[in-house]
Amino acid sequence: MLEAFAEFFRQVAEEYPRWNFIFFHDERQFWRVVSGFQYTVVLSIACVFFSVIIGVVGAWMQGSPLKWARRLVQGYIQFFRNTPPFVQLLFFYFALGQFTPTITGPDGWTEVPLISNVGWAIISLSFFAGAFNVEIFRAGIEAVPESTTEAATSLGFSRLQTYKEVVLPLSFRVCLPALNNNLVNLVKTTTQAVGIAVPELLYECLGIWNDYPSALYPTMVFLFVSFILLVGILVFGMHRWEKAMKIPGYGG
Amino acid sequence: MNTENWTPDQPIVSIKEVHKSFGDLEVLKGVSLDIMKGEVICIIGPSGSGKSTLIRCVNALNDIQSGSIQVEGQEVHDPRLDKLALRQKVGMVFQQYNLFPHKTALENIMMAPVLVLKEDKDEVEKRARALIAKVRLEGKESSYPGELSGGQQQRVAIARSLAMQPDVMLFDEVTAALDPETVKEVLVTIKDLAQEGMTCILVTHEMGFAREIADHIYFTDRGVIVEHGPPDTFFDKAQDPRTKEFLSQIL
Repeated sequence: MLEAFAEFFRQVAEEYPRWNFIFFHDERQFWRVVSGFQYTVVLSIACVFFSVIIGVVGAWMQGSPLKWARRLVQGYIQFFRNTPPFVQLLFFYFALGQFTPTITGPDGWTEVPLISNVGWAIISLSFFAGAFNVEIFRAGIEAVPESTTEAATSLGFSRLQTYKEVVLPLSFRVCLPALNNNLVNLVKTTTQAVGIAVPELLYECLGIWNDYPSALYPTMVFLFVSFILLVGILVFGMHRWEKAMKIPGYGG
Repeated sequence: MNTENWTPDQPIVSIKEVHKSFGDLEVLKGVSLDIMKGEVICIIGPSGSGKSTLIRCVNALNDIQSGSIQVEGQEVHDPRLDKLALRQKVGMVFQQYNLFPHKTALENIMMAPVLVLKEDKDEVEKRARALIAKVRLEGKESSYPGELSGGQQQRVAIARSLAMQPDVMLFDEVTAALDPETVKEVLVTIKDLAQEGMTCILVTHEMGFAREIADHIYFTDRGVIVEHGPPDTFFDKAQDPRTKEFLSQIL
C-alpha cells in the first residue's frame, strides 16, 4: 500500500518535473518533514501554553494594587507589542543567549548553552504572544461587572479566590474569540524560528527545496496544507471549548 | 475576629458619628445608630441620601473617613481586622442579586463555605439543599442564574449569604429591581428570617413591609438621620417636616 503510494508520486515526478513530491517517495526526505512537523507542533503547543499563562498572570498583575507591578506589565506590553517578533527572536538568541550559562554536553567535552535555540524560540514567541494575551484578558476582565466581584468580596473571597473562581471563568468566555485569533497567529509565527535555525517545518522544507529544486512547488503546497491542518485543529478545539463553556442566559 | 469583650446585651452593630466622602462629595455626615441582636431595622429615605453607602460600610465594602463602626465589639475599619471573619459574620444581599452566572443555584450557595471557610463539601451541600428548601426553590438546584426569574435569583442570593451562617444580614434595596409580582416572594423570605431572630438591616422603599417587619425605622436625608422611631410612631406621628414631606410623597 505504502509502496504503491510512493510509486505513484515517483511517476508524477517523472511525468511532471516541477511536481516532485520527493518527501513522499524518498525515505530520508520523508523523515525530514516528519521531524520538522514534530518541531512545529512542539513549538506551537509550548508557545500557546506559556503565552496563555503569561496572559493570565499579566492581567492579574495589571489589576494589582502595587504600582510597580502594574508598571512592569505595562512596560512589558509596550516593548513586546510594538517591536517586530522576528527582531525579538534574534535579540533573545544572539544578545541574551550570550549571557546565559553553558553546560558540558553529553559527549563530556563540548560546551552547550543552557538554553538551546528551540528554548529561545519558545521563550521569545511566548513573550510576544503573551503581551497580546494580557490585553485580551484585560478586556475580558473589564467586562465582568464590578457588582459580581463585589458579591464575592462580601462573601469573604480573597482577591486571588475572586480572580480564580469568578473573574477568570467569566472573562474567559468573553475573550475566547479574541484569544482564538491571537493563538492562530502565534501558531503561524512559529515559522520565524527558522531565523535561529530551529529545525521546524519551514526549516526542513527550505532544506528540501534547496537540495531538490524540482520539489519547490510541492514543498510549498505541503507547507500551506500543514498549517491549514494545524490551525484547523486549534480552531476546532477552541470552538469546542467555547461551546462547552457556554452558560444559559449569559452572553450571546 | 476577637469578640471576647462583646456580650449579647451590647449592640451587635454599633455605628457612631460616621463620616464618609466620595472625593468632595460628603455622603454620610455623622450617622449614629445601634442595633441589638435579633432586631430588624429599616433605613428609608430619598435616593442619594446615603442609605446604601451606610450599610456597605458595615461590612467594609466602603471605607469611612471618621467615626466608628463596631460589629460584635470589633472595629470594622481597623486595618488589622480579619476581613474574612467580619464578612462571615455579616451577610449581604444586593439590589442586582449579583449571583455568579457560571455556577448553578446550588453551586452559588456552596462556593463560599467550601472555598472561604474550608468546610466539608458534603456537609455544605446538605446545608445548601436545606437553604434552597427554606427559600422555596426546590427543584431549581441545578438551574443557572440566567434561567431563573429575578425573584428566584434574589432568593438564591439570600440563601447564598445564609450559607455562611452570618449573625447579621444586610439587605440593600433587594426588591428594587424586581417585578411587582415577584417582590412578595422575596419579602416573605426575609420575613421568615426576621421571625427566626436574624438581625437584619434593610434599606428599602417598601413602606408597608418596613412597617410590618421592622422594630425600628430610620429616616435618612442628605447624609444624616433625620428621624427614627418604632414603626407606628414613625409612620403616624412623624415630627420632622422632611420626614412628613417624604412620607406624603411615598404613601
